[in-house]
Amino acid sequence: MNGAETLQRPNAAIDLGARRRTRIVGAILILLAAFVVVVLGDAPGDATFRLSRPRDVWVLPDLIVPAQPFIYIAAALTAFLGARQFLRGGGRWTTLSLGLGLGLGVLAFLVWATAGNAFSLTGMLQATMVRAVPIALGGLAAVMCERVAVVNIAVEGMLLAGAFTGALMGSVVGGWGGLLSAVVIGGLFGFILAALVVTYRMDQIIAGVVINLFVLGLTSYVSSQVFAEMRHLNNAPVFRAIDIPLLSDIPVIGPMLFQQNIFVYGALIMVAVSTYYLFHTRNGLRARAVGEHPRAADTLGIDVYRTRYLHVTIGGMIAGFGGAWFTLGSVGRFDENMTGGRGFIGLAAMVFGRWHPVGALMAALVFGFTDSLQQKLALLQTPIPSEFLAMAPYVATIVVVAGLIGRARPPAADGKPYVKE
Amino acid sequence: MSVNESLDAARDKLLQRAAPDRTEFEDLVIVPLFAFAVALILGAVTMLATGVDLATIGRSYVALLVGSVGSVNALSETLVAAIPLVLAGLGLALGFRAGLFNIGAEGQILMGGLAAVIFGFTFSALPFVILMPLSLLAGALTGAFYAGIAGWLRAATGAHEVISTIMLNLISYRLLDYMLSLPWVQREGRADPVSRSVPDAAELPRLLEWLDPNLRLHAGVFVMLLAVAFVYWLLFRTKLGFEFRASGASPDAARYAGMHASLIIVIAMATAGALAGLAGANQVLGVLGRATPGFSAGIGFDAIAVALLGRSHPIGVLFAGLLFGALQAGGRQMQVDAGVGIDLIGIIQALVIVFIAAPLLVRAIFPWGFRNRQKGTHQ
Repeated sequence: MNGAETLQRPNAAIDLGARRRTRIVGAILILLAAFVVVVLGDAPGDATFRLSRPRDVWVLPDLIVPAQPFIYIAAALTAFLGARQFLRGGGRWTTLSLGLGLGLGVLAFLVWATAGNAFSLTGMLQATMVRAVPIALGGLAAVMCERVAVVNIAVEGMLLAGAFTGALMGSVVGGWGGLLSAVVIGGLFGFILAALVVTYRMDQIIAGVVINLFVLGLTSYVSSQVFAEMRHLNNAPVFRAIDIPLLSDIPVIGPMLFQQNIFVYGALIMVAVSTYYLFHTRNGLRARAVGEHPRAADTLGIDVYRTRYLHVTIGGMIAGFGGAWFTLGSVGRFDENMTGGRGFIGLAAMVFGRWHPVGALMAALVFGFTDSLQQKLALLQTPIPSEFLAMAPYVATIVVVAGLIGRARPPAADGKPYVKE
Repeated sequence: MSVNESLDAARDKLLQRAAPDRTEFEDLVIVPLFAFAVALILGAVTMLATGVDLATIGRSYVALLVGSVGSVNALSETLVAAIPLVLAGLGLALGFRAGLFNIGAEGQILMGGLAAVIFGFTFSALPFVILMPLSLLAGALTGAFYAGIAGWLRAATGAHEVISTIMLNLISYRLLDYMLSLPWVQREGRADPVSRSVPDAAELPRLLEWLDPNLRLHAGVFVMLLAVAFVYWLLFRTKLGFEFRASGASPDAARYAGMHASLIIVIAMATAGALAGLAGANQVLGVLGRATPGFSAGIGFDAIAVALLGRSHPIGVLFAGLLFGALQAGGRQMQVDAGVGIDLIGIIQALVIVFIAAPLLVRAIFPWGFRNRQKGTHQ
């Protein structure tokens, strides 16, 4: 809606904006350093991070970090980056320093929380990956839709539909059948969304909200009406983790990437494939053209409607696959509203990742990381309430959307219906 | 365009104002009626598909009717359910008129309700005439502030309000959980997140207790009616309302006419948030008596449907909210009488909105209900 305005801003304004952004980032980093020193400064003892489990092939020794010195060094580095940014930063350095500074901040936080304690880093990274999967797939689904200029608020509903179908069909015809049906149902809702917004020119956001309400109503109704009595229909097999030979033995990275179930592998492959498709193939270029300037694409002979139908349906299928993770990939049982807003977080991951599949995956990992960190913190009993940690990614998303860090630009025609002349 | 043509156009406009023509009638009456009918039929199909027999389906729709308007208690329940829907729906409608899509009513309701509870038990020494209105006001102001964040972000940085309000919703859930575990908010002697109770002096009084102590209708119904009148006045009788509508209909034209686009966005969002916050305050002060995690129970999302069904017009929102309130109240009866899950109501509501928001779809399904328009003047 406001993409066009941002584009037409004169250069001087961009420069001014960039300088202001640089200053803001510098100030944020300095504040962060101050926060690290003041709040986290008092950390007696060593922080022990376990890098491998006893039964691993290659056992790495525990990583022992003296907490206090580490925190002060991290704070000093962050302060340096901030001061540099404030005085003479800009360009690529802005985002890079912010990333580095935030990374240091998170590390300092981890060390502080673990000080005098031991803590399995590998386990947390593995959990991060697992929790990131539905968010990454939701984000990827949204990327596919928004690249052809269809805003997909319905990701949440599609995930829920996938989870439900996975549980139901998984119980009836087995895991693979359940997975396949979840993908098909996701695609069906994608097709419905496309029909509503492309053919019937319904407002895209309204269409998405409606699909969410509909799927929530339908799945809750069936689960209270049918599943409550016939439990055997809600008892699907769960896909177990598959170890990839050799690779899974690599310390730290192995358990995170190569000792997972098919949903993790599927998400990684889909991100790779869709990146290649969108940015390195002719059809991907056409799809992006439809998202940026449908009129021009139409003039060049690209069928705008067909492209939108196709990609929104594919997006729905991806979301259906991601939804199946909730049931077939973790507990095997469907509960009312079990996606709990993960689809919306997927949307946030898409924005955070700047409408790019890899970006969405990275953002999803950040969300997954805070999610699993939050769980661990509850065990370590730190004085900082875990709710604030859980909020952090959402605040970060708002900051990204607001353009304070870099510029997140949606496809130019995003959200606009196209009427063929 | 010749002089004659423009005169004709002007006369048509006058005529239209004097007597709404058939298209408008179709849009306002026939489309909603068809939408509702189709939604009920599809709801019945859903029940059939899940193995509910025809007699039970009949019984459940009778229960829906009886539970919503069949008795004094049913009417009272309908109104109780409608109050927050109408209030939040008014806020969303106001936003739609100003071209803002506020998904964040849910979070604004939570924050508003929480503020009302906290204000209520903190100043519990104050007399009723002061405490109750001030608690409501605290809810409205907090809601306004919370929505104002999204409005300010939109105005200052261009951050799209759909994303920022969704994020604010997610933040509000965590913030509420956190606040409910604070020692000065949590009820004494409880380990689970429950706030202290609202004192009697802050509660919205029950209106029909003299008739039957179980009737839950509370004074919030007056707040609701006042809000309808206020929004109507604001939108159609004030300069600010005109500016809302102008910047919603055509942001560029509004800017060229010298309106402060940024300020209007912030004010519109804040007003919408105030109404949603008021809805939250009404829930806690009139029905729940305390705040618990997720006490908004999806009202903020249903309110989107209410605003759409009411065509973003205050009177329309009132009727749409009453209809949805009736569905909620009737749905509970349906669950008791026929054993059909209340979630069916969610399906029916969503279907109503599909058909309302895509009139082309309804026209495609029921071509005979609409006069054939050759000129294509409407779209």
